[in-house]
Amino acid sequence: MIFEFFADLLGSQILSAIIIAALPLVFIILYVLLANWLERKVSAHMQDRLGPMRVGWHGWLQPIADMIKILQKEDIVAKDADRKLFSAAPVLVFVGCYAAFAAIPFSSAFVGADLELGLLYILAVSSIVVAGILMAGWASNNKYALIGAVRSAAQIISYEIPTVFIILCIIIVSGTLNLTTLSEQQSGTFLNWYILGGDVEGWKKFALIPFMFIGFIVMYISSVAESNRTPFDLPEAESELVAGYHTEYSGMKFAMYLFAEYANMFVVSALVVAMFLGGYQSPFGYVGDLINVPWLIPIEQFFWFTVKGLFFVFVQMWLRWTLPRLRVDQLMALCWKYLIPIAFVNLLIISFLMIL
Amino acid sequence: MKKLVKEDIHPKIIQRLLSSETEISFDDALENEMVLNMGPQHPATHGVLRLVLRLDGETVVACVPELGYLHRGYEKMAENMTYYEFIPHTDRLDYLSPPANNVAFVLACEKLAGLEAPVRANYIRMLVAELTRMGSHLVAIGALAMDVGALTVFLWTLREREKILDLFDIICGARFTTSYTRIGGVAFDVTDEALKLTKNFIDQFEEKIDEIEKLLNSNKIFISRLEGVGVVSAEDAINLGLTGPLLRGSGVEHDLRRATPYLFYNEMDFNVPTYKEGDCLARYFVRCDELRESAKIILQVMDKMPKGEIILNSPKKVLPKKTEIYSKMEELIHDFMIVNYGINPPAGEIYSAVENPKGELGFYIVSKGEGHPWRLKIRSPSFVNLQSLPKLVVGHMLSDVVAIIGSIDPIMGEADK
Repeated sequence: MIFEFFADLLGSQILSAIIIAALPLVFIILYVLLANWLERKVSAHMQDRLGPMRVGWHGWLQPIADMIKILQKEDIVAKDADRKLFSAAPVLVFVGCYAAFAAIPFSSAFVGADLELGLLYILAVSSIVVAGILMAGWASNNKYALIGAVRSAAQIISYEIPTVFIILCIIIVSGTLNLTTLSEQQSGTFLNWYILGGDVEGWKKFALIPFMFIGFIVMYISSVAESNRTPFDLPEAESELVAGYHTEYSGMKFAMYLFAEYANMFVVSALVVAMFLGGYQSPFGYVGDLINVPWLIPIEQFFWFTVKGLFFVFVQMWLRWTLPRLRVDQLMALCWKYLIPIAFVNLLIISFLMIL
Repeated sequence: MKKLVKEDIHPKIIQRLLSSETEISFDDALENEMVLNMGPQHPATHGVLRLVLRLDGETVVACVPELGYLHRGYEKMAENMTYYEFIPHTDRLDYLSPPANNVAFVLACEKLAGLEAPVRANYIRMLVAELTRMGSHLVAIGALAMDVGALTVFLWTLREREKILDLFDIICGARFTTSYTRIGGVAFDVTDEALKLTKNFIDQFEEKIDEIEKLLNSNKIFISRLEGVGVVSAEDAINLGLTGPLLRGSGVEHDLRRATPYLFYNEMDFNVPTYKEGDCLARYFVRCDELRESAKIILQVMDKMPKGEIILNSPKKVLPKKTEIYSKMEELIHDFMIVNYGINPPAGEIYSAVENPKGELGFYIVSKGEGHPWRLKIRSPSFVNLQSLPKLVVGHMLSDVVAIIGSIDPIMGEADK
């Protein structure tokens, strides 16, 4: 939709494609600056501190100041590191997160690529992140980095299984892998959100609610684990592995990991929102409908999507500053002994319900 | 500078370097052990402790602690300075509890010189020692939580410790390196205002420690990270010479404040918390309980503290008051003699130990009747407790190593001396 708009405007499909590809990047940069500031503020207020206060009102310019600082930093590559892989790894990690933004429907008018297999695509491109992290760990030629990378690979691969099970549940109920269609199916009020059974008719809707809720929880836990955030931040566990896979990185390469981490936080939140919480749909209806201004609706939808996404980003920060870190065996136990069986049984029950 | 040649290095060191197994070979496909150097610059080793770990995957096969990165030769330095001059150096031993170290050292000196501090001075010493214990345990709990990943708790405990440091500022005149005690007393008297502030602090402390415990004790991840990790049995604990929370966490009810009462601890009503499990969690619980017991002791100390002198009147051994030095000839002479030649305690040797936050801090002093000690040996709890580390970590995972170090709570200033 937005693609056609720009193609008409500029008369060139290539230019239009470039603009559309750049828009999420602008979003990511603005969002990372906001999330970075938010993380400092959330952590500070949880710890009886004030956080950044000097640069701008309540320190809101602090992330920008930090960006300027980090751009000036020397780019160090260790002598025994594998230069090519070392330089490619942060790019790959960032690309994995950035590519996922292509299929995320920010509003009915703005979705980079309206893929039929959107959910599958996001899962697939997020896996590039694992490759990037493994490359970083190996190329650094550092034992801490290597341990962090191996931990990360094991963790992300394990936690994809419950994620896929829950995605299967959604596919069974909705019958689609397209994220835009998924959001359209949840239009109307919040009663139509898939966490509340979606637009399924009759008693099945009520029977689905508890299982959808379980699915939502499992999905959120495993997606937090996939984005390597506390309590699952073992790959970069600072008290054990110094900084994990990005121990040897500095300057802009380090910033790439930071960007990727925050972008990833939003991707997993966006996925949860799109699947369970109505995607870009407003919970109550639109002001644009009320005052009969149709062009306002996509903007409202963008607002709602961002708000929902940021809320779950906030929950991730909240968890990070409250919970201790799991141990490797406990992390795997949580996945294989609890989440996967629960997700699997959930899948069976939901499929059974939908057959009836 | 002359270049070092092989002959310059002691053959023992060369032998040790050659025989240390740091080679990794990949001849066997199943040979997957890795030697990991942890520290001395590492966020979780509490200073400059260095561990060389042999890992099988993430499991620790062997561990060799390397100490001495903060070695300043305090025991040797003590032989060249008077007893008074050594007091500021005790601040730098266990740098999380300077007043307790000061108290321990002057008690040893007084035992050597056969002095007895006035009652009020001893009460003040108990007050600062217990406040120190609280401060040190708060850091220990916070650092343990931070090592297992709960960063917020660390900030909360440091916030409480900050209040204790502010109290030290008022009581001792310095927040951190207090050098508060003197042989035969303490440097300054405690004002009523300071006692009131201490009381206010204790009154609100219970609530704050509850808050911290609420965040940790009901947290399943925190409990499962510490439960059953680094278990040391009561027998092993005694054989290894562990003291302090480690020993009590293993179920041995041994506290020097009870076992060999010094100051006025025999008049105080307090419990010695013990736990049988001997794991990291038990040590954490011991510290939490001791915080409450210390608060109890401080309240009692403030109730019972009498008025009176804070420093002994013993001109040959105890420094005179500053005002008198400038107005009286005799005091000036004594001050000159004590500062320049020391207090000359009678020849002999003593061992005096107190229960420091980390465990038994002992001073073994040999005097030849001179102004400075002939030999001063520091029995530092962190050093002794650290020797349990290789035993505790074997078989556990890399993540547990930091939890175990956190629960041992070593302070390298004291371990390396």
